[in-house]
Amino acid sequence: MIDQLLDSSVLIGIAASGIRLATPYLYAAIGETFGQRSGVLNLGVEGIMLMGAFSGFWAVYTSGSLALGVLAALLVGLLMGLGTAFINVTLKAEQGISGIGIFLFGLGLSELLFQQSFDGVVTVRGFPKIRVPLLSEVPVIGEIFFQHNLLVYVAFALVPIAWFVLNRTTLGLKIRAVGQNPQAADAMGISVARVRYLTVTFGGMMAAMAGASLSIALLNVFQQNMTAGQGFIAVALVYFGSWRPFGVMAGALLFSTVNALQLWVRTKGIDIPAEYASMAPYLLTILALVLAAQRVDQPAALTKPFERGE
Amino acid sequence: MDSFSTDTLPKTLPTGHARINTMQMQGIVKHFPGVLAVDHVDFDVSAGEVHALLGENGAGKSTLMKILYGLYQPNAGEIVLNGVHAAIKSPADAIRQGIGMVHQHFMLVPSLTVAENVALGLRSSREPLLDLNTVAERINELAKNYGLQVDPWAPVWQLAVGEQQRVEIVKALYRGAALLILDEPTAVLTPQEVTDLFDTLRHMVRDGHALIFISHKLHEVLAISDRVTVLRDGRKVGKIATRDATKESLARMMVGREVVFQYQRRAVEVGPPLLKVENLWAHSDRGTDALRGVNLDIRAGEILGLAGVSGNGQRELAQVLFGLRPALRGEVLIDGQPVTGKQPAALNRLGMSYIPEERMIDGVITDFTVAENLILQMHGSRPFSASIFLRPRLIARRCGQLIENFNIRTPSQETLIKSLSGGNIQKLVMARELSRSPRVLIAAQPTRGVDIGATEYIHQRLLDQRAKGTATLLISEDLDEILALSDRIAVIYEGEIVGVIDRSEADVQHLGLMMAGVRSEPDAAPGAEV
Ligand SMILES: Nc1ncnc2c1ncn2[C@@H]1O[C@H](COP(=O)(O)OP(=O)(O)O)[C@@H](O)[C@H]1O
Ligand SMILES: [Mg+2]
Repeated sequence: MIDQLLDSSVLIGIAASGIRLATPYLYAAIGETFGQRSGVLNLGVEGIMLMGAFSGFWAVYTSGSLALGVLAALLVGLLMGLGTAFINVTLKAEQGISGIGIFLFGLGLSELLFQQSFDGVVTVRGFPKIRVPLLSEVPVIGEIFFQHNLLVYVAFALVPIAWFVLNRTTLGLKIRAVGQNPQAADAMGISVARVRYLTVTFGGMMAAMAGASLSIALLNVFQQNMTAGQGFIAVALVYFGSWRPFGVMAGALLFSTVNALQLWVRTKGIDIPAEYASMAPYLLTILALVLAAQRVDQPAALTKPFERGE
Repeated sequence: MDSFSTDTLPKTLPTGHARINTMQMQGIVKHFPGVLAVDHVDFDVSAGEVHALLGENGAGKSTLMKILYGLYQPNAGEIVLNGVHAAIKSPADAIRQGIGMVHQHFMLVPSLTVAENVALGLRSSREPLLDLNTVAERINELAKNYGLQVDPWAPVWQLAVGEQQRVEIVKALYRGAALLILDEPTAVLTPQEVTDLFDTLRHMVRDGHALIFISHKLHEVLAISDRVTVLRDGRKVGKIATRDATKESLARMMVGREVVFQYQRRAVEVGPPLLKVENLWAHSDRGTDALRGVNLDIRAGEILGLAGVSGNGQRELAQVLFGLRPALRGEVLIDGQPVTGKQPAALNRLGMSYIPEERMIDGVITDFTVAENLILQMHGSRPFSASIFLRPRLIARRCGQLIENFNIRTPSQETLIKSLSGGNIQKLVMARELSRSPRVLIAAQPTRGVDIGATEYIHQRLLDQRAKGTATLLISEDLDEILALSDRIAVIYEGEIVGVIDRSEADVQHLGLMMAGVRSEPDAAPGAEV
């Protein structure tokens, strides 16, 4: 098995699918980074991903338009993000519990809608591969990085954009302040609630995009619970990446590459039982979280609802 | 309005913003659930003056000012700025109308730099992008003008409290504050820093700012203000021109009765050293060295005051002494016997008592009753329990005595601790700790957050204990307290004892320098230049 793995075409294949499989993690975790940076933990990402995956899939299936698919997912993400913000910011719910509720809601509703709309498994024509001119011809590099669909490129473009917004804009400064010391931000005339609504709603839209990237770009099908825990891993990746977009990207790539390797091992079906291989990314998540001790940017007010004390 | 003239002042402030010539709060009322925090209070301030707001803890000073800053909405009353009714619904409104506030608990984001903290929430010159260079330049300008030294690029968590306070003032000035509220600004400063702050405030007043200075320290109020308003239990009990006020008259208004400032200190024969600390090292919570070779000794019948600015190792020292934090190196001895690393219960048995700094966390169990808290360390031993059962009647009798002896104001023994005031909780902790007749007493910030009345009582008790031959370590950030009670004074700075001086040689100037880390030169003439 090891000598098969060391074959260059196999390595290139695994690396390329590592890049591809990082896409849903990136959308979900970058969106969640904004929420957490402002002090709100949304454990319901998985549920919003499922709803995004379904709505995107449904829109593409019925209209045949990929743009409408993306729009539908963004709209559903916006609504669920607003709902999440309402529960966590306005109603000041316990964030660890409310997130589980949002997850279960998304899981159940996407399943119900799927059964109502389709009988059995159907597929759509999703986002096609785009070969970046010239670059995709470069040996090795081209195959790994420049032969993906549009949503993959957008996901990676989000990383520097997120970094820039957080660190170089007045909005980013507000977000960081609200997550670190909401009392101070409030005393400076910033509306803590408005900032948190904004980040949580954006996080919802990105979670829905993460789901849609699975259902209309990577797999091009919808299945019940098709996200299989990726939303939860995305939340963990934000911790893993120490609340920094590039750290989050590194984590996403690590897990997606392990995933790709695991899939390859499974197709070979040798030596390691498939269950162990499937467990690997999750075990690695836990291990990485225990080991990742860099906590400088950890928002001090994470999961704490803000009250002015009146 | 008093006969105060603003004609001689410049029309606009040097920051280019408009002046607030007059501000009046009229008939302000604020209820919190179960508390009438502010009860029909009138208050005013004019450009070019410092109006002090004086009152005990819980008098309603912060609440009144948070209303002016838009953090709370009053239940009744009106705010008038320059003769016009002002609607202040949020801090954003207050800032827009030229009001700034330096809060009692600083409102800074520790992970951000000074410039970022200042820029927070303001429109940038390159919106939506941050333009921190421009912000930093402007900070430097303001800093130079007002003698407020700050480094725009330093992360706030690295700054000492005095610097953080300067950042708060710069932040308010940057936003064009014409009226600045300072809520207990001196609580965390060394005497030198207080002097610098007062220089800055006087400069601002000359420039036409209106300042509100909150404090419960009488000498500071007398030193900096033009007028004083005194609050007690939410009501305004007096307003006078500072030149007509004395320490005694202000204290009487504040407390509602005469207050003793000079205690009777009987001469006590000091015995042999009871508590010795030798080359003690310990970590802080963050793992840095909080104590770096501390040496101390305290004799029977002596109070050793430990002075220092907050965060220089005082907390860790108290914890190590009482077995709540491991020592890395060094030795603690009671009566010559090493006790380093012993558990609190064992230290109790050896005659050590501890009045902790965080009384609500380490001193009492807030959901227990007064009686339960009074017998906390003794519930397992005679006479309060027999075999495994508590003996309620004995406990009740004993607690009744303590409540009476220590003047604890509580509706009953069954009252839950959390509904008592800070002063009464502290008296309860004292009652419990002193009732065991300790030979060694560690008192950490025994009167912080306690009103003057109870403070006086607690001080008297500490002196009684001294007369009984107890060796007391008094840890306090309040120099007045240290000077009033101690026989000798040790000063701690960055985990080291800078020096130990006798009560008779101590003066505020000298102690202030030592608190800033300047070592006392044994042969330097007192008052020598620095
Ligand atoms: N947010 C709040 N909720 C309930 N009670 C409060 C609140 N803030 C202050 N109080 C109460 O109002 C009274 C006045 O408090 P405060 O204005 O902080 O006093 P001061 O600043 O003079 O020490 C106290 O009894 C305090 O317990
Ligand atoms: Mg106060």
